[in-house]
Amino acid sequence: MRFMVIVRSTKESEAGVPPDEATLTAMGKYNEELVKAGVMLAGEGLQPSAKGARVRFSGKDRTVIDGPFAETKELIAGFWIMQTKSLEECIEWVKRSPNPFHTESDIEIRQIFEAEDFGDEFTPEARESEARLREQLANQGH
Amino acid sequence: MSQLATHKAIEAVWYIESARIIGALTRMLRDVGLAEELAQDALVSALETWPQTGVPDNPAAWLMTAARHRALDRLRHHKLQLARHEAFGRDRQIEQELAGIDPLAALDDPVGDDVLRLLFIACHPVLPPEGRVALTLRLLGGLSTDEIARAFLVPEPTIAQRIVRAKRTLSAAQVPFEVPQKQDLPERLGSVLAVIYLIFNEGYAATAGDDWMRPALCDEALRLGRILAALAGDESEVHGLVALMEIQASRARARTDAHGRPVLLLEQNRARWDHLLIQRGLAALERARALGGLLGPYALQAGIAACHARACTAEATDWQEICALYDALAQVSPSPVVELNRAVAVCMAFGPEAGLAAVDALLNEPALRQYHLLPAVRADFLFRLGRFEEAGAAFERAAAMTRNLPERTLLLARAQSCQSQLLSKPDTIG
Repeated sequence: MRFMVIVRSTKESEAGVPPDEATLTAMGKYNEELVKAGVMLAGEGLQPSAKGARVRFSGKDRTVIDGPFAETKELIAGFWIMQTKSLEECIEWVKRSPNPFHTESDIEIRQIFEAEDFGDEFTPEARESEARLREQLANQGH
Repeated sequence: MSQLATHKAIEAVWYIESARIIGALTRMLRDVGLAEELAQDALVSALETWPQTGVPDNPAAWLMTAARHRALDRLRHHKLQLARHEAFGRDRQIEQELAGIDPLAALDDPVGDDVLRLLFIACHPVLPPEGRVALTLRLLGGLSTDEIARAFLVPEPTIAQRIVRAKRTLSAAQVPFEVPQKQDLPERLGSVLAVIYLIFNEGYAATAGDDWMRPALCDEALRLGRILAALAGDESEVHGLVALMEIQASRARARTDAHGRPVLLLEQNRARWDHLLIQRGLAALERARALGGLLGPYALQAGIAACHARACTAEATDWQEICALYDALAQVSPSPVVELNRAVAVCMAFGPEAGLAAVDALLNEPALRQYHLLPAVRADFLFRLGRFEEAGAAFERAAAMTRNLPERTLLLARAQSCQSQLLSKPDTIG
């Protein structure tokens, strides 16, 4: 199964303070471990939200809101895509990560949907109609 | 933490650490069977201790230390026995082992050499192929005998026996625990790659409704391939194999329709392909290229898979490039099945006439005599050429040869469509 492992933002990351040498080295070593274990599929660090934007959807309206955004702890500073055998294995890998920041911070683990996750409740017919629905939506979106 | 949560955590740590622990113990004891047994003992003691004490802060080090202590006990015991027999053959080595008791330092295998050695020993040519597969999944995949048996649709005792026999063979042959020397490397690496690809294909061949352990083999093979690419990054064919598996796996979601029926490559919905895996596959192929190894059999197959992966639509496929890659593949690893695939590519690149000539050259190939795809492919070319009567006969022959029911239905439907063509265009007969 695959997980998106999300590093939550902190004041430092939102201020654009680059990680110090020691953190960088530790992270480099950790990433190497992940690669050697065949666990890491992708991973990126993100620039502060000041350099980003949001598009708000409301019915047919689209409003663009420029960064930065206020709710620091809800923002994302980086992510990994990890492939592991179980959530527990992913947790075990995340616990081994060096602390990304000097202040308190969270790393969140979220499972990525796979087609088979829908199980029996998601019958073949339902799958097909969902695929059709998606196709329709895509066509409507021009 | 609940009892169940602790057990799951232990299982996770074991899955991550078992190969490293078994590797470190094999290095100490020079016996992979004994190493695995003692590593299992350490796991059992974790299962007994942690639910009471909680999972330690560094569970990996705990397990390694516990396993290493057991190995050292064995060595001490062995030393006593040797002393009794006044034979000190391995004395110095044991002394060194005993002097170097720094259980935490045993975790230090920064290069991952133990894991690499373990992979080479599990895939050793002295073992029969099915023994290599079972031992690799057991020692490096951290899979139980039951899981391996379910994945391969064979009874558990069969797998257990294969593993026992494999360990015994390795021990009897005194296979050294090492990364092979330069001159042996190509053959030994070839065996490792073949085992990984065999595991992958076993999982890829799984059909809907199969035990989930079967498709899990694809993930396991990919994981082993990625580990190997990280540990033996100088070998281009390693990256070729990884590229091939990543790109093939990228199509998993598109390979069957909503009813579990197979969907042919050119008819797959490319939006359902996994583009992260495609990118990883193309990047691995690029690494193989950078190492000057695009002509190995895995890199060539990956190159063909990449041609499909790069095409946004089936029509955009670069068939001439695919033909050239099949030409090369037919030279480095000649096989009638490669020739048949090549014929299909020839048809797509240069038209059905050229394709038919290529496939007709294979009609007397003994290895393909029972292979239903030979008449099926030929029938398709004849159909494209408007030779419906011959095409219909060939589709029927192919249908009679296959044992796969959905495939037979499809082939008979195509035979039927040849009939309809004949009826609607009577002037084309004769």
